[in-house]
Amino acid sequence: MRIVVGHLYPGYLNIYADRGNIAVLDQRAALRGHELDVRSLGIGDPVDPDAYDLLYVGGGQDREQALVAPDLAGKSEPIQAAHASGVALLAVCGGYQLLGRGYGGRDGSFMPGVGLFPHETVAGVTRMIGDVLLECELDPGEKHQLAGFENHAGRTLLDPGAAPLGRVMFGFGNDGESGLEGCRLGRAIGTYLHGPLLPRNPWLADWLLAQALAHASGTDPQPLEPLPNTLEAEAFRIAAGRARKRGGRR
Amino acid sequence: MAARGVGALSRVAGRGGGTTLPGKLLWKLDPGSVDALGARLQQGSALVSATNGKTTTTAMAARILGANTRLAWNQSGANLLSGIASELVSARRAELGLFEVDEGALPEATARLNPRVVALSNLFRDQLDRYGELELVAERWREAIGALPDETTLVVNADDPVVASLADARPHTLRFGLDDPRHARPALQHAADSKYCIRCGTPYEYAAAYVGHLGDYRCPACEHARPSLDIAAREIELRGLVASRFRIDAPAGAVDVELALPGLYNVYNATAAASLSLALGASLSDVQAGLEAFSAAFGRFERIPTGGKTVVVLLVKNPAGANEVLRTLETGVPPVLVLALNDAIADGQDVSWIWDVDFEPILEHVGRVVVSGERAAELGLRLLYGGLPDERLEVEPSLERALDRGLALVDVGTELVVLPTYTAMLALREILSTRGLVRPYWEGERR
Repeated sequence: MRIVVGHLYPGYLNIYADRGNIAVLDQRAALRGHELDVRSLGIGDPVDPDAYDLLYVGGGQDREQALVAPDLAGKSEPIQAAHASGVALLAVCGGYQLLGRGYGGRDGSFMPGVGLFPHETVAGVTRMIGDVLLECELDPGEKHQLAGFENHAGRTLLDPGAAPLGRVMFGFGNDGESGLEGCRLGRAIGTYLHGPLLPRNPWLADWLLAQALAHASGTDPQPLEPLPNTLEAEAFRIAAGRARKRGGRR
Repeated sequence: MAARGVGALSRVAGRGGGTTLPGKLLWKLDPGSVDALGARLQQGSALVSATNGKTTTTAMAARILGANTRLAWNQSGANLLSGIASELVSARRAELGLFEVDEGALPEATARLNPRVVALSNLFRDQLDRYGELELVAERWREAIGALPDETTLVVNADDPVVASLADARPHTLRFGLDDPRHARPALQHAADSKYCIRCGTPYEYAAAYVGHLGDYRCPACEHARPSLDIAAREIELRGLVASRFRIDAPAGAVDVELALPGLYNVYNATAAASLSLALGASLSDVQAGLEAFSAAFGRFERIPTGGKTVVVLLVKNPAGANEVLRTLETGVPPVLVLALNDAIADGQDVSWIWDVDFEPILEHVGRVVVSGERAAELGLRLLYGGLPDERLEVEPSLERALDRGLALVDVGTELVVLPTYTAMLALREILSTRGLVRPYWEGERR
């Protein structure tokens, strides 16, 4: 089956190795006999809400993020329509922030976002930097851990009742206080975790692929054929150990 | 001098070079002592900073200037204020201070040392967990440069838009760059930084992109462009992993240079060192003699013979630097590569940068890759997802075993290429020094 990925602003938002996430999706799809068709969406390109099975938004440095923010906010309607129709989405770091209602700067400014995720971000003084370990339960009864790295000054506050991606075991998370990290809304995932996220957390890569395949085929998500994941498990083990030892320290 | 005693003690105790210990003490007890010690240097100080190449550039300049001048030079790469303090303590008779400075420490160093010349070469994304974003470093540099007196000469790489702009309002400047479009990359690299116009945000158009975003740029919207070059490297010839040749054109004339270091990035380093030295009053023949006598800076590029084979060590530490090292291998991809990734503070605790490195051109042709270091598994995943077939990858976290495995895989009379991150490089040198193959660096060249 062909999975069409819309990769938003790959020339601007690529700071934390976002292409690693794409490479993992591509290869894990190929190993199951599927083809990933990745299309770049740049400034000024229209988003056709029916054209994609998965949307990807990466992270950028402040300057690059500010350059794309107005354009992304202008794509709010088709992105929300795509999500409502079951398109999967992964947004990392800056992309995660920009997909919320907006970003409040320390100078009192407010940069409006896409308004998909039920959250707002406010600029903080100190950066929250370090390894992170989360516990997630995206499907009831299926608990998994996620190991990543965070580096953000923004504090993201979820609306009451909004679902996080996971609970922080070690690290800072959305705001360093709530014990929550990321946001999950249907088939959309937003997170501060990079590293990149997917190579050492293959279960999440497969979860996203299953959602995208469900959209492509018009069925419910089906479990994917398992892969060995030996080196992935080793990389996870070491990253998780780092989070236990040095995550969430200022 | 109590601090000097601590340095000797630290070496006697076998704790390593003792390169920063007395400086740390002094820096802690009396930070103002750096100002006082610096002020004693008859010929003042020159500072070098950059994301990539500062150790090599400074070492090259030391070769050029050291022939006629007694230097205080932080040769071991201890480039925080404490390292500079150490060097000032131990080099009592020095006439000129020549210091590489950590990007983050530059404002403090310029404020305390009141340098005659500051040379700034490039800014790439690097260890975001430690330095923060590139723009943040640039902003701190802008403030530090703005606070310098008019007499200070600013040497900048004109090929880096952000760095070049630091010289805009300065009365005394030297702008250097490369000018040989035959060596341009067909396209900007995946992780190129600063590719949007610093004035209006439009993507730059490049007549030639040499290393990362460094090159001959022009903004199609507002016309902001690379300034004209005062000092340029032209007629560049690269000879794989061995050497390079080029001509340096300067206001005072031209000189041909034969450099025993590979890669276009080392041509940048040499041009920066030449510009810095000329700004300090060196002659073109000093520049030529110094660069041609130069071998390599500590740990950056070393050939170490061992049992009929040679270990070639090339330091990698961030995407732009690693891309250039890999580019020197493209013309003759070695059959075996050892890559070592550690994640201590000096390496960067965030290992995501390996995904921004363009390994792909090498992966097609390399016979076998041994990945090592504390994050060997992560590096292995990078290569597998980058297209390296499973059977060509070996994962060996122990550096010593990875080195021996690599050596076992190459034929007698050939080279084993090893690309380590900073602390992995230190550990490899330790292993090789235990075997008597390299000398510890503090017993190395003294001036």
